Amino acid sequence: MRSDVVILTAEDDDGHFLLIKKNLRREGISNEIIRFSNGLELWDFLNQEGDGPFRKENKSYLLLLDIRMPKIDGIEVLRRIKADPLLKKIPVIMITTTGNSEDVDLCHNLGCSMYVVKPVEYESFVEAIRKVGMFLSIVEMPQIRQAV
Amino acid sequence: MTEEVVILIAEDDAGHFALIKKNLWRSCIANEILQFKDGQEILDFLLCEGDGPTRKSNTKYVLLLDIRMPKIDGREVLSRMKDDPELRKLPVFMLTTTDEEAEVENCYDLGCSFYIVKPSDYNKFMEAVGNLGMFLSLHGVSVPTIA
Repeated sequence: MRSDVVILTAEDDDGHFLLIKKNLRREGISNEIIRFSNGLELWDFLNQEGDGPFRKENKSYLLLLDIRMPKIDGIEVLRRIKADPLLKKIPVIMITTTGNSEDVDLCHNLGCSMYVVKPVEYESFVEAIRKVGMFLSIVEMPQIRQAV
Repeated sequence: MTEEVVILIAEDDAGHFALIKKNLWRSCIANEILQFKDGQEILDFLLCEGDGPTRKSNTKYVLLLDIRMPKIDGREVLSRMKDDPELRKLPVFMLTTTDEEAEVENCYDLGCSFYIVKPSDYNKFMEAVGNLGMFLSLHGVSVPTIA
């Protein structure tokens, strides 16, 4: 992953967000991380609506997306992203507490890149985020270009 | 990822395949691994066509897909899979030597999960596959069942 890729995290739980950020940093992921506390904030950012901030053109993004969030839930955000001809390229990793097979199936059907269930136990959560970080370091992300 | 998930690797280079398999095992992946030597073989397997082995129903798969392969290239395999109402759910990791930005964008546009460039340096290649393996070995990584 190039250093100019921006990591978006939609996560309403402060503790989870800090854990995710801290452990990505520990794995040497120094990329900019922008946090959203609910699905609407995230969608406004991506869709360049509302009061801002907005995503920039010709940038690469990666999204870590929780499912249970206020206003618009993660599945609806995923649905909107993957239905948009420009935004659909953004790799979306679901990181969520619910691991039921219907949600796993639905999210993969909608086009998530991967579905990761948050381990309940603290040490396992830390380990999971660090391995996600190590994995992200070897992945290339696409630019989201303005349509021509 | 649970042990029932079958890892499909479409890779025509025998050396690369051996390296990938060895380093996935090293990172605690005990899953079954199947190799396909060109795009036709993997498509026949997935679409249950031809004389070769075919996929089982109600099974979980992930695919590591090279781009430059004989007969049908990886791009075409990806495109055909993502057009299929059932196969589109199957996570596809592009694993290729091509690092052109247009190719990266094209594959994400078609619906690949991740695009990974094979490092040309041997040790870095092993490390990259190791990182991929450790990610896949996480218990929380959840893959859908393909009917």
